[in-house]
Amino acid sequence: MKRFLAVLHARNLEFVRDKGSMGWNLLLPILLVFGLATVFSYDRPMYQVGVLADDSEFTADLHPFFETRYVDFFRVEDEQDAIRKLSRHQMDMLLDLRGDKRYWINTDSPNGYILERLLMQTDASGLRQETVTGQRIRYVDWLLPGILGMNMMFSCLFGVGYVIVRYRKNGFLKRLHATPLRAIEFIGAQLTSRLILIMMITTFVYIGTTYFVGLRAEGSHVTLFLVATLGAVSMIALGLLIAARVHSEELAGGILNMITWPMMLLSGVWFSMEGKNPLMQAASKFLPLTQTLDAVRAVIFDGATLSDISSHIYALAGMTTVFLVLGAWLFRWRLD
Amino acid sequence: MSQPAIIEVHNLVKQFPKVRAVDGVSFSVRAGACFGLLGPNGAGKTTTVEIMEGIDTPTSGDVLYRGKPIGRKFQEEAGIQFQTTALQDFLTVRETLRLFRGLYARGADLDEVIRVCSLEQLLDRNNRKLSGGQRQRLLLALALVNDPKVVFLDEPTTGLDPQARRNFWELIRAIKARQTTVVLTTHYMEEAYLLCDVIAIMDHGRIIAEGSPESLLKEHFDEVIISLPREDVPAEISEIPFTVFTSEEWFEISTADVKGAIAILMERGVPLNRIRIRPRNLEDLFLELTGKELRA
Repeated sequence: MKRFLAVLHARNLEFVRDKGSMGWNLLLPILLVFGLATVFSYDRPMYQVGVLADDSEFTADLHPFFETRYVDFFRVEDEQDAIRKLSRHQMDMLLDLRGDKRYWINTDSPNGYILERLLMQTDASGLRQETVTGQRIRYVDWLLPGILGMNMMFSCLFGVGYVIVRYRKNGFLKRLHATPLRAIEFIGAQLTSRLILIMMITTFVYIGTTYFVGLRAEGSHVTLFLVATLGAVSMIALGLLIAARVHSEELAGGILNMITWPMMLLSGVWFSMEGKNPLMQAASKFLPLTQTLDAVRAVIFDGATLSDISSHIYALAGMTTVFLVLGAWLFRWRLD
Repeated sequence: MSQPAIIEVHNLVKQFPKVRAVDGVSFSVRAGACFGLLGPNGAGKTTTVEIMEGIDTPTSGDVLYRGKPIGRKFQEEAGIQFQTTALQDFLTVRETLRLFRGLYARGADLDEVIRVCSLEQLLDRNNRKLSGGQRQRLLLALALVNDPKVVFLDEPTTGLDPQARRNFWELIRAIKARQTTVVLTTHYMEEAYLLCDVIAIMDHGRIIAEGSPESLLKEHFDEVIISLPREDVPAEISEIPFTVFTSEEWFEISTADVKGAIAILMERGVPLNRIRIRPRNLEDLFLELTGKELRA
């Protein structure tokens, strides 16, 4: 424990005093969230109505409501998914023109109220009203966990993987190897140091940005913190695995980029993977960032409990175990 | 009374894919002695020392510390200074010393280590801002924080200016005075001559000579070197009954009969204003044994 604490303390000092790195870790997510909040503050100019219908064309023959201008009618296939999106204000009304004709509106949505009035002006006879409730999820709300997750991913992978490769290349690991320090103590200290710092930064940025954009989590903040922590551990463990044997910073950079870019694109940082290529969706489930973001968004937007997101917890715990065991097994202080 | 061996190396072999770096090396290091391992680049001395330090593994052979294979006890009791070691950025000298002190179960009084290595004025300085000599003193201090029984110093004065090198030698003498065993690898013959009780000369992965510097010189040489500037000596002078070495700058005679050699030089009319006479040294010994310059 003494040796572990000595290495942990030294690494913490090194990180905190590296003002450039520290500043970048803080500034990047804040700039991204604020910038994107500004860019996407004028999204969705039209009213959006999802339609469940057997007919392929949305014409006045099917229903006179389709003649209404400035309303975007689009086909949806999955009723439950559409209701969920309505509750999140990702659409303003859901119209079901199949057998038992119905329409849903979100009673918390002003747009839903206006669309219902417009529907009444045309012909609402034979349409049964259904209601849902739920606050709107703006793109910036949805994006915020993605940005924080992405920042966490970069910090975990590069902050651990790259640093260890640098230590190995410049001979610092070799010097540590000449002491009684065990590999597991060194790895544990690196993991803990990075975890403490990244969770402090992420918590700080989360509090600041959610206050700024006005996002309120439906679920428990404790659950959110636990999931984020497990996600961070998983990605740090991945960083350790990558760094286990590499001794060239260029090679490490290449491998880390090869891993971070697919995660950034496929893990749902910028956009949802729903409706995308099924193969891509399946592949994305093997990425720790996907599991982390899915779980975090479920807690924030659906108020999910630990039990509700247990599949994500198990997946992250499994990945962490595999990465750590492989990383510790493959780890070398020096390479000839 | 002779001290027992603290380290024994038995028939050490290290085979790399294309080269046998260490080829059946055996020797022992007495407790409290300064043991020097000399040799040119590629001789196998660093590989040998790194196997002794436990950070590399031999293809075959054994290294014993106090009669047992090296393990945790050795790691706790050995201090190691590599020729080059990067330290963590953004840490001060004091923090670096505390980090390494924290890696050992027992250790030296840090104030004493700081005093011995003359680091008092540097404690709050960032590692990155140390000069070459200051850095080497810090690396030596890191090798001493656990109050080691044996210290490995791998070319500790390479790259230092002459003054810094002499200051460093004083530090090593201070360590020796505490009865700490020192294993030193070096290119510098003067360093080995002044500090080492025993030296082993390596070449092509083998030890080609071992003993105290004085005994080795006495064993191989009973002659001295008489040197003259090349331009002071006529070409036909080579017809003299002594072993002669010539280079672009120097004409050198190896002889035990200084009087006789000088008499012949005078007979041949060679001016002796710039004559130099010196005993044979370890550089000469290495040249004699291997046929090449030590630092080539």
